[in-house]
This record gives sequence, C-alpha cells and structure tokens, in this order.
Amino acid sequence: MKRNPHRTQNIAFFFLLLATLLIVVPVGLIVVIIIQKGFPAINWQFLSDMPRQGMRAGGIFPAIVGTIYLVAGAIIFALPIGLLAAIYLSEYSRDNPLNRIIKLAIVNLAGVPSVVYGLFGLALFVIFFKFGASILSGSLTLGIMILPIVITTSREALESVPQSFREVSLSLGASKWQTIRHIVLPNAIPGILTGTILGLGRAAGETAPILFTVAAFYLPQLPKSIFDQAMALPYHLYVISTQVPNVDEKIRYGTAFVLLALVLFMNLMAIIIRTKFRKKKKW
Amino acid sequence: MAKISTEKLNLWYGNFQALLDVNASFEPNRITAIIGPSGCGKSTMLRVFNRMNDLIENVKTTGKVLVDGIDILGLDADLVKLRKEVGMVFQRPNPFPLSIYENIVFGERVHAENIRRDKLDETVEMSLKSVLLWDELKDRLKESALRLSLEQKQRLCIARLIAVKSDVLLMDEPCSTLDPQATARIEELMRELKNSYTIIIVTHNMQQAARVSDDTGFMLLGELVEFGKTQEIFTAPKDKRTEDYITGRYG
Repeated sequence: MKRNPHRTQNIAFFFLLLATLLIVVPVGLIVVIIIQKGFPAINWQFLSDMPRQGMRAGGIFPAIVGTIYLVAGAIIFALPIGLLAAIYLSEYSRDNPLNRIIKLAIVNLAGVPSVVYGLFGLALFVIFFKFGASILSGSLTLGIMILPIVITTSREALESVPQSFREVSLSLGASKWQTIRHIVLPNAIPGILTGTILGLGRAAGETAPILFTVAAFYLPQLPKSIFDQAMALPYHLYVISTQVPNVDEKIRYGTAFVLLALVLFMNLMAIIIRTKFRKKKKW
Repeated sequence: MAKISTEKLNLWYGNFQALLDVNASFEPNRITAIIGPSGCGKSTMLRVFNRMNDLIENVKTTGKVLVDGIDILGLDADLVKLRKEVGMVFQRPNPFPLSIYENIVFGERVHAENIRRDKLDETVEMSLKSVLLWDELKDRLKESALRLSLEQKQRLCIARLIAVKSDVLLMDEPCSTLDPQATARIEELMRELKNSYTIIIVTHNMQQAARVSDDTGFMLLGELVEFGKTQEIFTAPKDKRTEDYITGRYG
C-alpha cells in the first residue's frame, strides 16, 4: 500500500499535540483540585490563628511565618554570594581548568537531590556548627540549595548585557569595576531579580532540606530568634496529611492551597518582572 | 610634534600576525584616514591607540606607540588617563541605555566624585553644542538616548567624548550605519572638530577618505603600505598595491 504523506503528517501532528496536552493536564488538575477543595477552608482565622487540638483545628499562622522566615533567610544568604559568584564568572573569569571546575560544580549542585541537602545541613550546620535545629540552619541549607539557581540566572542576566556597553564604558576611561557597577549591573537587575524569585519559590516549597534542620512537628508559637525551631508550610502539610490521624480534609487542602498560592505568586512576580523588562529593553 | 606615532608596531592574535612593523605618525588638527580591505588590520591598529585590544585574550604587541611622546604600551601606562585622552567612536552608535544627559556626564561621573550639578549642566550644554545637537535636544535631556535617530546617537557618542575632554578621536567606520545625508553631516562635523582634535578615521569607503581626510594611510595584510597626504595618495600613489586598491582592482 502506498503511504499518504498527508495522512502520516496528520497522525504525527496528533501525537505531538497529545503529548503536549498531557503536560498541561496534570498541572491544570492539581491547581483545580487544590483550589476547589482548599479555597473554602481559607478565612482570616485559618491564616492568622495558631493550630489547636493537635493540629486538628485552628490555623496555620506559625507555619506561614516560619516559611517566610526561612525563605527570607535563604535569600539573605544566597543572593549576595550567588550574585558575587555570578559577577566573577561572567565578568572576570577566563577559560581555564579552575573555572571549568567551578562551572561544573554549579551544574552539579543544581542536580543534587534535596534530601541530600537536608542531610548535609544536618551534618554541617546543626551538628558541626552547633546551630541546632533552627531557622538559621534551615535558611543556610535552603540557601545552598538555591545558590545554583541564583548563580545561573544572574550569570545569564549579566551576560545578556551587550558587550558593546562594556567596551564604551572602558573606552571612556571607566575601570572594570566602575563599568560593572554603573553599566552592567543596572541592566542585569531585572534578570537577577527574576532568578532570585524563582529560587525563592523553590525554597518555599521544599520539604526535605528543612526536615532535619529546622522544621518543628507541632509548635503553636512564633519563633523568637533565629536559633529557634519553626514550623513550615511544606512540612506541616506532610505532617497533617500522614502523621496525624483524623485531620479534617479541609485543613489539609487549605494548607496545600496556601503553599501553592505562595509559590505561584512568586513565579507570577518573576514572570511580570521579566515581561516588563523585555518591553523596556531596546538594544 | 606628532600627537600619536608608532615605531615598529607589531601585533599578534595568538599565532596570527595582524600588524607588521607599522611606522606611522598622526598630526594634531588633521584628519587621518586609514583605508584598506576588510581584515587588513586597520581597526586593530586603531584599537592599539586606546589599548582596547587588552580586552581580547592572547594578544601580543611589540614596538612603540607614543601618545604625546609617552609610550602607552608599557605595563605602567595609565590606562584611565590614556582612554580619557584618546576617545573612540564605534561603528554602531552605542549610547548607554540611560538618558541623554546621563550619557554625556557618564565620563565625568566616573572620573570624579561629587561634581556640582551646575558643572555637569555646563558640560552637557558645551558638549551638545559642539556636535550641533543642543538646539534639537535641550528640552529632551531626560529622555532615553535609545530613542534618538542613528545619526543623533552617533553625534551623542561624539559629544560623550568631548565631555571627557579627549584630544584624539578614533573613529571606527563611524558612518557605516548611516544614510548618505547623515554621513555628509557627520563628515561636516568632523571637519569642524579637527580644529581642536586629532582625528583618525578607519573607513572602507574610499570616497569618504578622499572627501574628509588630510592624510591617508593604506593598509594591506597588516602592513602600512603607503602613508601620505590624501591628495597624493589618491592622485599619484607610489606603490602599485595602493594604486590597484584605489582604482578598485580589489577590496
């Protein structure tokens, strides 16, 4: 039988479309189900109250606060180090074995499973540095986890600043650092912000790195210092879903909804910044 | 005295020799054109004069380049001072993505701290007047320089050099992105500026060299084949290769 190329094309097209739709479906389903089941649980009391009766009632306020502290701590640590490393890699490093090793290390750091970060944080921060299970240990662990994201996106942002800007600046007698400070960085900031926020979203949602380093099972009070343990949304969700019997489904889905909304909100911010920047950029 | 002169200037990119024993001198208050086919080393030579080749890895330079009698190739050369004195206009107009005002004062801002606002204003007015943009732009100083026309951008880039008080203007094909009318106006500006500057222009456009320059150098494969008064080069070239290039046998 002779093959009809048109028909073959249609079949191929159908499968390609199917594969693409299959990617969208789970995302859509997750979002729809979480909103549908979680949204009715959301009210001011749920967001602002301590958990009560062994987490079977009350709110999730300390978990929200804990997550915010952890994310803020992670970024205070990861942004300066990541940005400086990115500046070094994009502006100063030349192609030599050492720098190739550094770049390889960053790629590999991004591929390390998050539970390994958790164990690493436990060994280094909790035990070796004696920070204990604390916000400090958790933030540092999360910070290391998001470093590769911050470095990679910052580097891309810096490298997307046209070479000609650097040349002109240097040709006007500006030093290399002045060029970076006055010309390269200001033009890279939106890209750096985008990457940072994506990193934050990742940090907010991870459970494994905080499991051994900071997360409290049940702690109905707010942390008083960075050496306190804290509750955090992803771990709290895990606890009330699997470790505590008879928790109302509404509370579980409500928690999932808050976590999802937090992460999606951050990603949305990143997208908005990026789009605004693209519209402004004219070179 | 020559503003810039080279003695036995050689330059290698890795193993490739891009400049070969170049001896040339560039006089103040004159426009010198460097012509030659693509890849002959003319831009490379220009970028020696403000040491922009330093940005490229694996470049080796030997010989001497004297600016105001001082060798600038030495390790101890003051690059900031050199680059202030020897300014460069690039092929593509390249204003910073800043306001017109900030573009012009950029040099001054990086070279000194806490300059008085009225001093900066003065610089902006003086520089824009020198490139005949003041009347057009004096009410738009806060606008982004990226919104100017190509010709205005190129003028702005020249103004930016005037603002840092350069003495030498290196122009690397400054009109190659401009239309003929804009090119003519930039050439007119160059003739005006030569009273206060040493201008060296690299161009692949022989008519432009003939129109605008006082002296001309012809380069081929890294060698400065012939150097002299523009009129002589174009009417009575001494070297056969120069003659062939000028009459359009290659290039």
